[in-house]
Amino acid sequence: MKVQINSGRCQGHGRCYDIAPGLFGDDDEGYGTVLGDGVVPPGEEPEARLAAANCPERAVGLLEGA
Amino acid sequence: MAVDDRFARDFPEPDGDQPLGTRSEIITGPVSDWGTDFSHLEPQWSADPYPIQDDLRQRCPIARTERFGGAWLPTRYEDVAAIAYDTGRFSSRSIIMSNFRPPRELAPIGGSPPISSDPPFHRDARKLLLPAFTKAAVTTQESATRALCHSLIDAFEGRDVVDAACDYAQHIPMRVIADLLGFPPEDGPQFREFVENLLEGINLPPDERIERVSRLFDYLLAQVHDHVGNPRQDLTTYLINAELHGHKLDPAHVVGTMALLLIAGIDTTWSAIGASLWHLAKTAQDRKRLVATPRLLPTAIEEFLRAYAPVTMARLVKEDMHWRGADMKADDWILLSFPAANRDPAQFDRAGEVIIDREINRHAAFGLGIHRCVGSHLARMELRVALEAWLERIPEFTLQDPSAVTWSAGQIRGPRTLPLRIH
Repeated sequence: MKVQINSGRCQGHGRCYDIAPGLFGDDDEGYGTVLGDGVVPPGEEPEARLAAANCPERAVGLLEGA
Repeated sequence: MAVDDRFARDFPEPDGDQPLGTRSEIITGPVSDWGTDFSHLEPQWSADPYPIQDDLRQRCPIARTERFGGAWLPTRYEDVAAIAYDTGRFSSRSIIMSNFRPPRELAPIGGSPPISSDPPFHRDARKLLLPAFTKAAVTTQESATRALCHSLIDAFEGRDVVDAACDYAQHIPMRVIADLLGFPPEDGPQFREFVENLLEGINLPPDERIERVSRLFDYLLAQVHDHVGNPRQDLTTYLINAELHGHKLDPAHVVGTMALLLIAGIDTTWSAIGASLWHLAKTAQDRKRLVATPRLLPTAIEEFLRAYAPVTMARLVKEDMHWRGADMKADDWILLSFPAANRDPAQFDRAGEVIIDREINRHAAFGLGIHRCVGSHLARMELRVALEAWLERIPEFTLQDPSAVTWSAGQIRGPRTLPLRIH
């Protein structure tokens, strides 16, 4: 699984980096960023799914099987 | 070195060349039908707006009123979201619905940038503020906030009943914002007056309203003068020195943004802390569960923000149009109720219930789109620290008298009197 952020939609609510700090960070204006290559380490899929499901702007995407 | 004389004249001063806004008739009194005559300033709404919103969502999802010179109230999540995203057709040049519409020429900057700004100006004005409000930036205020919360609770010593709105919740954002802007902490009580004048004095006669609002601007201008003469590490000095498009900010921009930070930073968080404590005081099972399981608190906070979202915004329709069945006219208000959106059953399961371990919670308490609350990370930090300190020190508390609880009127809703029995 891989996570991604649609930067055109992200408004910096920060739900992704609150919920899954191992997968997401923020830039110096508070917009969400994907840490590293976005590949979700085994076992962290639930956090990735929660981050996607809680983004108010629907900016967090999941690529299953990636 | 050139003297900074941008703030030399009294501000804001009516200028004969400035375009005037338009005033509408002040209409108050009981609402005849919420679908055609709504008013968020009437006592029935302040006391409990949710049954009204739930009823409207079913039978009249874009309600209308002729009050405030004409306004619409969407209560479905999808309509609130569509308007928040459509900055092309809905302007933010005034975000507090009143009987005064500022002149169209005020767009795209508005009176309190960036919340009152439209694209393209909005983006750059917002960019100036974002670095000061990141999660990392607000973390630097966490320990001082926690110390303040504990000192407020220390002062409860010997009392069985305290007012959690007056004696606790309100002081937290007041102090945080005073520190951010570099204002004297003892000025807190004045801030409360400014907030109430601006947000709750909507239906006062115009002269009185102008007089009250000018007190805020006189205060801010005095702070600017003090900071010009004595610069320091705070947001006021930052705004005085900030540049946009190669120039220092217009004085109206500096003072307007200071007004925004002061007003928007206080009433909102005060309301969120108070509403959360109100819920826990009347819901023993949730209170006990959070005391026993503190790690659940961040999830519970998101649910309190959803169910008791304190903030409603406003927009102005730019041009006449037919929008999702509503015949909107230019300069009609939109009362953009994030609280109503947050209780739409089409968006949330068991929308009317407070479920403190709700895992999927895509609420809109901080708005949607380009105007997402710039202080949301600060608000979440304050809310978490305030509740952590309270639950740790006062695990047992109940409403002393449910009928004694009062709620603010207007677009920011939260408890203003909240007597709690703490022993």
